[in-house]
Amino acid sequence: MPPDPIDIAKIREKIISGEIDPRAFFEMINQHSHNGLIGVQYVANADNWVELAIDYDEKLVGDPKTGILASGPIISLCDMASGMCIMLTTGKFFQTVTIDLRVDYLRPAKVGHRVTGHMECYRHTKNVAFVRGYAHDGDVDSPIANVAGTFMFLESQ
Amino acid sequence: MTMTLPAYAETLGIEAGRDEDDRIVLTMPFGPHVQGRPNFLHGGAIAGLLEIAAFATLWDALGDEDNRPQAKPITVTTDYMRGGRTRDTYAAATITRLGQRMANIESFAWQESEDKPIAAARMNFLLVRD
Repeated sequence: MPPDPIDIAKIREKIISGEIDPRAFFEMINQHSHNGLIGVQYVANADNWVELAIDYDEKLVGDPKTGILASGPIISLCDMASGMCIMLTTGKFFQTVTIDLRVDYLRPAKVGHRVTGHMECYRHTKNVAFVRGYAHDGDVDSPIANVAGTFMFLESQ
Repeated sequence: MTMTLPAYAETLGIEAGRDEDDRIVLTMPFGPHVQGRPNFLHGGAIAGLLEIAAFATLWDALGDEDNRPQAKPITVTTDYMRGGRTRDTYAAATITRLGQRMANIESFAWQESEDKPIAAARMNFLLVRD
C-alpha cells in the first residue's frame, strides 16, 4: 500500500531530523510502485544530486531486434532521481509534479549494461524546480543520455 | 498487419488495438506496477506508454518488419498536463512528418476522454535504412 498522509508527515520529520537517510527513505517508498517494477536502486547522493540505477533486464527491452532498453525505463529512472534530488535540495516531500522532462539520446545503452541516472536540482523558486542530469552505462565520460526537466510544487509547506 | 510490441510494453501490461478510424490505440490498465506517488500513475510509466504508442504507429507506417528501417529515438520531450489516476490509460500517436532520415511524432495519453490529455510527448526518430 502507498504511504498515507500521516505516514508522509512522519517520514518527512524523520528525514529532516536525520533519523532516516536518503537510502533508507528510497527503500521505504520504492517497494510498491513502478520503480519497484523496473528495479530502481539507490546509488549515491549529495545535498543537491541523486544517483539511481537499473540493472539490464530483458523485460525492459524496447527494440526486440537489438535488445536495447526502451527509453521508458530510462525516463522513469531520471524522473525518480529528479523527484528525489528536489526533495533533498528543497526539503519538500511528495509534493512535486513533473511539468516536462526532455531526454536526448546520445547513443544506445549497451546491451546487458546497468544504467545509472544522475540528476541535480540546480535551481528552485517558490513554485518551480529545475533539474538537469545524465544517464550512463558504466562510463561517466560517455553518457547515453542528457536530461533536463522542470517540476512544480503542489503546495507551499 | 499484426503488431508486435516490445517486451517493455508487456511489462507495463499494454495492449494494442485499433479504433474505428483504424488508428492504433494502446491501453494500459492501472496496477501497482505503474503507480508513482500514492493514488497516481508514475510519470515514467506514462512516458513509456507514450513512447510505445509512437513506436507502434511508426512501425505500422513503415511497413513490413523485415524490410523497415531501424528507428532510433533521438529526443523525447514529455509534457505532463494532468495527474494520471488509478484507472485505464489510453494512448495514440500522430506522425507529423515521415521523411527519409527523420520521423517526427506526437503522442497523447488520456483517461476519461481524449480531449483531456494527461500527457503528451514529442519524439524525433532517426531512421536508419540499410
